Amino acid sequence: MDDKRLETIIGKLLRAGVLFSALVVAAGGVLYLVLNHAARVSFRTFAAGGPQMRTVSGILQSAAHLRSEGLMQAGLVLLILTPVARVVMAIAGFALEGDRLYAVVSFIVLVILAFSLLHAV
Amino acid sequence: MTALEFTVVVWFLSAGAGFLGALTGLGGGVVVVPALTLALGVDIKYAIGASLVSVIATSSGAAAAYVREGYSNIRIGMFLEIATTVGAVAGAFLAGRVSTHALAIVFGLVLIHAALTSLFHHADSGAHVASDALARRLRFGGSYPAGGKREQYGVRNVPAGFGLMFGAGALSGLLGIGSGAVKVLAMDRAMRIPFKVSTTTSNFMIGVTAAASAGLYLSRGYIDPRVAMPVMLGVLVGALLGTRVLVRAQVKTLRVVFGVVILALAIEMIVNGITGRI
Repeated sequence: MDDKRLETIIGKLLRAGVLFSALVVAAGGVLYLVLNHAARVSFRTFAAGGPQMRTVSGILQSAAHLRSEGLMQAGLVLLILTPVARVVMAIAGFALEGDRLYAVVSFIVLVILAFSLLHAV
Repeated sequence: MTALEFTVVVWFLSAGAGFLGALTGLGGGVVVVPALTLALGVDIKYAIGASLVSVIATSSGAAAAYVREGYSNIRIGMFLEIATTVGAVAGAFLAGRVSTHALAIVFGLVLIHAALTSLFHHADSGAHVASDALARRLRFGGSYPAGGKREQYGVRNVPAGFGLMFGAGALSGLLGIGSGAVKVLAMDRAMRIPFKVSTTTSNFMIGVTAAASAGLYLSRGYIDPRVAMPVMLGVLVGALLGTRVLVRAQVKTLRVVFGVVILALAIEMIVNGITGRI
């Protein structure tokens, strides 16, 4: 069945996305631990960080300067984008199969995701 | 605690959570949040932020393996994701505004019900239903591998499942969990979809649901990389191991594991709701 092929492609895409983002997070994590391993940490009280950790442009800038927290956060943003990519792939897959109903269903899901993600731009 | 100690402890806790999460279709989040807040005293906002990220890792990491086995149903998943993502956005907005005590208690009660029916419901699989009219129009029916051949199944009660999925999404956005238990409840109980198809499709959907509230979480600063890094990496390893076990596990064993885990989580939710921790 064509569905099976579509699902296999999407599955592989998801895995590749997760592994790549995990590598970026791990690289940032190693850097973070090398530089800060003996530092005292406490997360008992919440304090929202600055825009360099809360907006995509700030995160990318911080990562480009090879700051460990920026790298880790950039990897996490990539991870957040893997399900979005999966929905985009599903739209393309359903459209290729000529399945208009499910191409539209997938597109609606993408619009809802975009609405949320635009808050962090 | 030093950064190194914190990272190592959180990694191991998260690996265990990811293993259970993949095995039961619950996602790692429901175990990660109590582990971080109760065991390590992490603020709930950091915990739900890291948990939400772990939920995406569990779902995306495990989905690749499920797809290969041919259990998950992408049409059912995608259609119901309209409900879960709208719910998740609503839930994430609410998370910043209202107290979640009452919802934690209600959710705990729903989980107790799911746990009890899971533990004492023996007549399962084999008895597949025929699709009703709406499910046929949406082409929801499918098949999954069972003992060398394909087992056919139908789907019923789409509106009830859709409504429950909105609730699942809202809880996901509100509490930073995948709310796999409610998703499985909607598919397995309401829509009469076979258990293995329900759990794997649920796991497949959880990532998209979580991504719908992740943008709002990120912009509020709930996602701190120093907490989320070990959580994500630990959960990923645990989830990949859990997926290998799931494919070989019996449906009956799964139900018992599922029941015990969600019962424990239900008590956790209610106690935390009453004491005002959630």
